[in-house]
Amino acid sequence: MSVLLSIQDLKVAFRMGRIDGVMQRFEAVKGVSFDVPENTTVALVGESGSGKSVTAMSVLNLLPDNAERQGAITFMGRDLLAASVPELQGLRGRDIACVFQDPMTSLNPVFTVGQQICEPLVKHLGLGAKQAMQRAEALLVEVGMPEPKRRLKAYPHELSGGQQQRVMIAMALACEPKLLIADEPTTALDVTIQRQIMELLAKLKDKHRMSMLFISHDLGVVGEVADHVVVMRHGTVREQGPVARIFADPHDAYTKALLACRPTLERRGARLMVIDDHIAGHASTSVGKAKDPSAPVIIEATALAKSFWLRTGVFGRREFQAVKGASFRLRRGHTLGVVGESGSGKTTMGLTLLRLHEPSGGPTSGSAMFDGRDLLRLSSREMLPVRRRIQVVFQNPYASLNPRFTIGQTLVEPMTIHRVGQDNAEREARARALLAKVDLDDSAMHKYPHEFSGGQRQRIAIARCLTLNPEVLVLDEAVSALDVSVQAQVLNLLKDLQDELGLAYIFISHDLAVVRFMADEVMVMRNGEVIEQAGVEQILDRPQQEYTKRLMGAIPRGYRPRPAAA
Amino acid sequence: MSAVLPKLPSKPVAAERSEGVWHAAWKRLLQDRVGIASLIVVALFIALIVLAALGAVARGWQVETGVPNARPSFMGPAPPEKATVIEVPKGPNVDLSDVDPLAPRYQEWAERAAKLKTTEAPRAQTLPLGGDRLGRDVLTKAIKGAQTSVFVGLLGALCAAIIGTLLGALAGFFGGKVGDVLEWLYNVFTAIPDILLILAFAAIFGRGVGSVAIILSLVGWTGLYRQVRAEFLKHSVREYVRAAEAIGASPVSRMFKHILPNVSHVIFVRMSLLVVGFIKYEVILSYLGLGVGVDDVSWGTMLAEAQSELILGYWWQLAAATLFMAVFITAFSLMTDALRDALDPKLRGLE
Repeated sequence: MSVLLSIQDLKVAFRMGRIDGVMQRFEAVKGVSFDVPENTTVALVGESGSGKSVTAMSVLNLLPDNAERQGAITFMGRDLLAASVPELQGLRGRDIACVFQDPMTSLNPVFTVGQQICEPLVKHLGLGAKQAMQRAEALLVEVGMPEPKRRLKAYPHELSGGQQQRVMIAMALACEPKLLIADEPTTALDVTIQRQIMELLAKLKDKHRMSMLFISHDLGVVGEVADHVVVMRHGTVREQGPVARIFADPHDAYTKALLACRPTLERRGARLMVIDDHIAGHASTSVGKAKDPSAPVIIEATALAKSFWLRTGVFGRREFQAVKGASFRLRRGHTLGVVGESGSGKTTMGLTLLRLHEPSGGPTSGSAMFDGRDLLRLSSREMLPVRRRIQVVFQNPYASLNPRFTIGQTLVEPMTIHRVGQDNAEREARARALLAKVDLDDSAMHKYPHEFSGGQRQRIAIARCLTLNPEVLVLDEAVSALDVSVQAQVLNLLKDLQDELGLAYIFISHDLAVVRFMADEVMVMRNGEVIEQAGVEQILDRPQQEYTKRLMGAIPRGYRPRPAAA
Repeated sequence: MSAVLPKLPSKPVAAERSEGVWHAAWKRLLQDRVGIASLIVVALFIALIVLAALGAVARGWQVETGVPNARPSFMGPAPPEKATVIEVPKGPNVDLSDVDPLAPRYQEWAERAAKLKTTEAPRAQTLPLGGDRLGRDVLTKAIKGAQTSVFVGLLGALCAAIIGTLLGALAGFFGGKVGDVLEWLYNVFTAIPDILLILAFAAIFGRGVGSVAIILSLVGWTGLYRQVRAEFLKHSVREYVRAAEAIGASPVSRMFKHILPNVSHVIFVRMSLLVVGFIKYEVILSYLGLGVGVDDVSWGTMLAEAQSELILGYWWQLAAATLFMAVFITAFSLMTDALRDALDPKLRGLE
């Protein structure tokens, strides 16, 4: 096999402005070398900040202007570092194509899908408008888009996330590139869609005999698609080798830790391995406390339903049932897992319990008894003391903290509203104690959210909830936006807090493996309906519904030796 | 890209209490050289205006100290005009005393005229920045004019910003019925041409500097309202606002404590544009006789006067008014820019 792309000792630094007249540089990539042979998938794996995206983006110089590249990048015998802008533009989309993480933001919202797929066809291949449209339709068929003819005229917002990613892949394939760079192409998608997209990518790669540079933070995903794995951390390559060797016999401690920290469907430990523990050689020792099955019931929901009004025409409106009758009991110290794909109504159910939906948005029915009172029928004045006792952690740690508040202000504010503590000094002392509890140090008090990583921000959000001594925490996809390694830390923290404080969790997630680790009881939702509800062992070991089985099958399992015949 | 930028080496902050957003912004502003310079210029202008209002400077702006259209000092006095009258015949006058009936009284009149003292001070040939057609000092006029113009601009913009922010916040945050009513109000205000609206308000409020500011703010809030409403619409569904609701923050606290600091940059930029616009609008109002009184001066009236002077080649009044206006407006815009940057914690330590 000849080498298609070769990266030798690549260094990338970002100029960060001058401090006292000295140019500050941040080295994102510190000497990375690897090859991408023809017709092969090479995966770059690492946490956020490991430099994996920067490495991939420097191939086509899609980096910000303040980046400086050194080393050598050779693509089919051409030196890409020395290539001029017109030369690179000739390569981009033609020989090397990219698929990015978030299809929602990578597609232009004001052009139809057809127009966007035609653009590279007209630009690089010189096709006429009509020919290009025909080719675009053929491409949509190839990426498995239902009703391709109609979709050509659709705008990106009319498509689901998975369909948008299919369009991105169709655009990337338009000129039959020799190398496809896929930068976390499935991270923003549900597990079931992730599986479809991964299968599609693997199929297309074989069919077009192209190479793929696949970037992911999840070794589980990588194991299924890659032939060769490069593990990166802090801008350096920790280990590289064929996928079978990496999974069967990882040499580097960091690779071993990455393999260990993902929750799996097969076993249910008391704690997950955390990268640092693993590298330091600690074994997980603590054993989870047994749950008390007769603990008092905190929330009892019966036939909980929520609808939204959809506007039709000028005056008309139509009811859309987002949640159609969910019933459950949540006991103190227990966790209810709510599982389903996007649009299954799981988040709506959580927010309805918290009364975070506008009452004018649509009618609510059923009841949710909390401490003898129905949450759904409390006035907003009566709701205020209840708010203290039911708290929520949102999915996106980058959006859920006020960017103009210091962490100190963020933590003190809820205590001021509910008059927890005597004065501000006492509240600040409490805030510091809670920061320590979520493993952040004191200096965090004066910093702003953007100075923290995603995992740290999520821990701050958890600390904010804890300021009020809640009894119930609604965790709305609280770890879905985090890297696998960081996810493990946050999950462990949540478990510890539950053991220590007797919190009850409503754990909303699309990832059954994570739910298995956290939950005692699982509710599977689809299109607003609860289709299966039982204890966690029962559901995962003996799923009754086809849908549940599909959700389970979609979870990335890492590398499995492929049958010899294939 | 998912790269996380590193923390840059920053000086350790030993503050014990967590600092507020405004306090932190002030500290950041102090490090911005351009911001501080513009702040000083604006402060100087304001000091000048206060002094002018108290009568310490530019009190005598109406005194005609120079010759009409006196030239600026650096240009030197105007060359003596060539006499265009008929040449005086040389040689002794023809003696008409024997036929002139008034001849005996000439002597007496000459003596009486010598006794009278003229009260007119000698007029200067040049003034520091020149004089206007009556010979008034353009520099003093510009200083006195600053008092009117900056007052109208700042007060008007401030009032417009308050009205626009308040209504925009309500409309964007609550939506529904409240939003509909405010949108209706906005539509009514934008549907009527500005100048008609100004005339209508002027008929109610009468003349004067204060009324001009109020009239302009009542007409000028709409653009700011629209933008603030859009920002509030966007932010009110953000997760951090939801999170604030979940901890029990009241609507008022969510609107003004959580969202407002996050949209303040929009208000600042809009406001600096309004200040500039209002200073110009005051000219139109004064021209229509609805602005400042005839015995008052503003940069606007100076510009209006400059029109007719320019044809005759007297450019200095225009230059003086423009210079003052340009310096103030540039400094003010830079100051709002610096304020906006200072209020954005993301820029901390990245200068």
